[in-house]
Amino acid sequence: MKVLTDYIKSLFLLELFKGLNLTGRYLFKKKFTVQYPEEKAPVSPRFRGLHAQRRYPNGEERCIACKLCEATCPALAITIEAEPREDGSRRTTRYDIDLFKCIYCGYCQESCPVDAIVETRVYEYSFENREDAIMTKEKLLAIGDKYEAQIAADIEAQAKYR
Amino acid sequence: MSEDQTVTIEVDGRELQAQAGAMLIDVTDAAGINIPRFCYHKKLSVSANCRMCLVEVEKVWKPLPACATPVADGMKVFTRSPMALAAQKGTMEFLLINHPLDCPICDQGGECELQDVAVGYGSDVSRFVEGKRVVKDKDIGPLVATDLTRCIHCTRCVRFGAEIAGIRELGATGRGEHMTIGTYIEKSVDSELSGNIIDVCPVGSLTSKPFRFHARAWELVQRESIAPHDSVGSSVNVHVRRNEVMRVVPCDNEAVNECWISDRDRFSYTGLASEERLTRPMIKQKNGWMETSWHDALNQVAQGLKDVAGEQLGALVSPSATLEEMHLAQKLVTGLGSSNIDYRLRQGDFRGQESAYPWLGQSIEALETLNAALLIGSNVRKEQPILGHRLRKAAVAGANISFINPMELDMNYASSQLVNTPAGMVDDLAAVAKAQGASGDIIDSAEVGDAHKAVAEQLKTADNASVLLGNIAVAHPDYSLLCSLAAKVAETSGAKLGFLPEAANSTGARLAIRTDGLNATAMLEHPRKGYLLMGVEPAYDFYNPALATTAFDKAEFVVALTVFRSPTIEAAADVMLPISSFGETSGTYVNAEGTWQSFAGAVSPKGETRPAWKVLRVLGNMLDIDGFDQDSSVDVFNEVKETAGDRQPDNTVGDATDSERKVAAGGLTRIGDVPLYAIDPLVRRAAPLQQTKDAISASIRLNAREATRGGFAEGDRAVVVQDGNRAVLPIEIDPNVPDSCVRVPAGLAGTEMLGGQFGEVTLEKA
Repeated sequence: MKVLTDYIKSLFLLELFKGLNLTGRYLFKKKFTVQYPEEKAPVSPRFRGLHAQRRYPNGEERCIACKLCEATCPALAITIEAEPREDGSRRTTRYDIDLFKCIYCGYCQESCPVDAIVETRVYEYSFENREDAIMTKEKLLAIGDKYEAQIAADIEAQAKYR
Repeated sequence: MSEDQTVTIEVDGRELQAQAGAMLIDVTDAAGINIPRFCYHKKLSVSANCRMCLVEVEKVWKPLPACATPVADGMKVFTRSPMALAAQKGTMEFLLINHPLDCPICDQGGECELQDVAVGYGSDVSRFVEGKRVVKDKDIGPLVATDLTRCIHCTRCVRFGAEIAGIRELGATGRGEHMTIGTYIEKSVDSELSGNIIDVCPVGSLTSKPFRFHARAWELVQRESIAPHDSVGSSVNVHVRRNEVMRVVPCDNEAVNECWISDRDRFSYTGLASEERLTRPMIKQKNGWMETSWHDALNQVAQGLKDVAGEQLGALVSPSATLEEMHLAQKLVTGLGSSNIDYRLRQGDFRGQESAYPWLGQSIEALETLNAALLIGSNVRKEQPILGHRLRKAAVAGANISFINPMELDMNYASSQLVNTPAGMVDDLAAVAKAQGASGDIIDSAEVGDAHKAVAEQLKTADNASVLLGNIAVAHPDYSLLCSLAAKVAETSGAKLGFLPEAANSTGARLAIRTDGLNATAMLEHPRKGYLLMGVEPAYDFYNPALATTAFDKAEFVVALTVFRSPTIEAAADVMLPISSFGETSGTYVNAEGTWQSFAGAVSPKGETRPAWKVLRVLGNMLDIDGFDQDSSVDVFNEVKETAGDRQPDNTVGDATDSERKVAAGGLTRIGDVPLYAIDPLVRRAAPLQQTKDAISASIRLNAREATRGGFAEGDRAVVVQDGNRAVLPIEIDPNVPDSCVRVPAGLAGTEMLGGQFGEVTLEKA
């Protein structure tokens, strides 16, 4: 019996038409291809892209050198050195993230008690030199300053789920 | 109930044997049953004020504090019963009411007892919504940082000050929520053991200032080591991050330092980061110092040493060098045909026949059990703070401690002090000997006073007495007299004679170094053509810096193995070889009680520095001397162990009571003690220690009578003239200095041009 049905199926090219049916249906459906880089795909507020360091509205950097991000980082990508600043407050003198090591897990953001280190929606970046992949404190703060409005909005939107 | 009665108690269903009257928490600690606690500390008195150790005891209707509950036979204790848990949870909630939630910026975060106990015994959500208490921070000096808002009022620091440091520096003022810890009047905490309050504080209220915000407990790797600054050889843990020493903390060692260390041992690591650290070999050329390679530098040194080989070579080794380094230095010097090597750089007198292997005369622990002690020329509290603490324990328990010193000391326990001029010290000691019935040349002519009789009586009647010689005695120009008199006193009274050696390896040096050639002073008085210096600074580490500087200037070739570069080394040396410092090198120290303590390096040597034993070994190879084929410091250690491992400490000293007296009475005599933060090159560069009150700067100290006689007032600048050398220093009125004496401390910048630590001086108006 099985031999007979297999023979009929192959004789009338049933499998082929099944496939063509699927192709045909997608031919007339609405297209979802994005014409990157002219067009961009929507990004979730939880997206974990390039890192940034944030400041308080008065311009004071948020990071207090508690080193929880350094401790939690599974890739050991973060290096922090700290000492008392002139006013006696606890600040970092060095805050490096090695983006070659980073696996973008977002644990640093999770562990931060003051929402200082965050991962932004930025995913378009490249390096021409290896050393450029080390994000220093200055670079991170600059990114934070640039995207602060969006970062704040994203954290606000996610606050109720945390 | 008698003291030695054993009782049986039951804790959480486990039967335990305990001494009747012991506190419950001691019994459970010994059995490994954990009870949370904050105010209890094994070395401090029980105050039972934190209430964290509440446990349930059968037939008692309320929970009892384990730290203040003596055990009784048949007692049934429950540490995890509902009642105990509720009590612990409630206490934790109360403690956290005023504790700020600033763990992320708190240096104690990660090693905090409050954090640990809160996780283990606290509630997970706070019910407290009211405002928290805030306390203004106080500045209590350059070593300890305060964050008093975090204080939970366990009063461990207060009890530490009263019971261990012996000065009530911190206290609690106010009641209830208004209680704060402080110094009452604005002042710094100046105890030489003050750093220990950082360790006893269970929260982040008192933290280390030099370490502040630098690293987290979880980043640090702990490596065991031995403290290098005094003859106690305290066990320490060196905390390392990324090949850098971040801090030094004590390591429990009941036999040596218990759980304390001196501030000098704790904070000296800050000197490692000094800008004066020498990291590359340097050669002196016509136009100044030039960095060079090890190869070139060693070649030059080998050639230079070859040129001066024989008795024209002298080696001066720091008494803080390790046993291995000393052993190889001795071998090198012998191999070069010289017998001149010495480590007794600050000794003022070499006339007497010294003991073969001088030591404390007893174990460090045994100092606690003394009934009477006579300390000659010793500021033990500052010179060997841990030994000072042991003696204080004895004094608190009722021992009579007496001192014969050239200045009145600020002691933290009741003691009798015989203060006299340096010449008078010898008379005083002779008088004590006479009062005991001893006889001899100077003894017979001594005038015995009541004070001498009292001291003699105390030593004689005590079951367990000791006569100890300290650093000031060693530097005394009549050290041999003091030594033999002390031996006489010890002999007639049945007391143990002991030495309080100055540096980490003063005791061990005897095992590695044969001092049968010229001694340290003779080597300088009869200048050699060549010198090998190891770990010393000519201007600060010698009894007579002026003599040392001149001798090195005249020498044809001087090689300095040194951790730091400084103007005085640069002036003296022709080649500087950078050696590794404390924490970087492995080795062995023999402490005052004769214990051999080996340690490994905690970090790798900085820059191009190399451990001194390696440098000496390579030099030995280059000079074709036999016996320089060790592969590790352990090989060197085994060699020392073989030759000297079975040497027994021996304090027998020769009789030198008939020697001529070097310090004459009359005129002005200089007292040149070495302040505790000036004793070695590393300590001198530890910036936080140099900011403390104990780090005095060079000055001329004399009492008011002497000042009026010379027409000087506080703050004037005067010229002190010693052996034709002049130094201009400020005058300070110091009532502790006896008449016809001026105290001009040695080892400090400003005194390097002066002569011996003791000697005749004159004062002139500047």
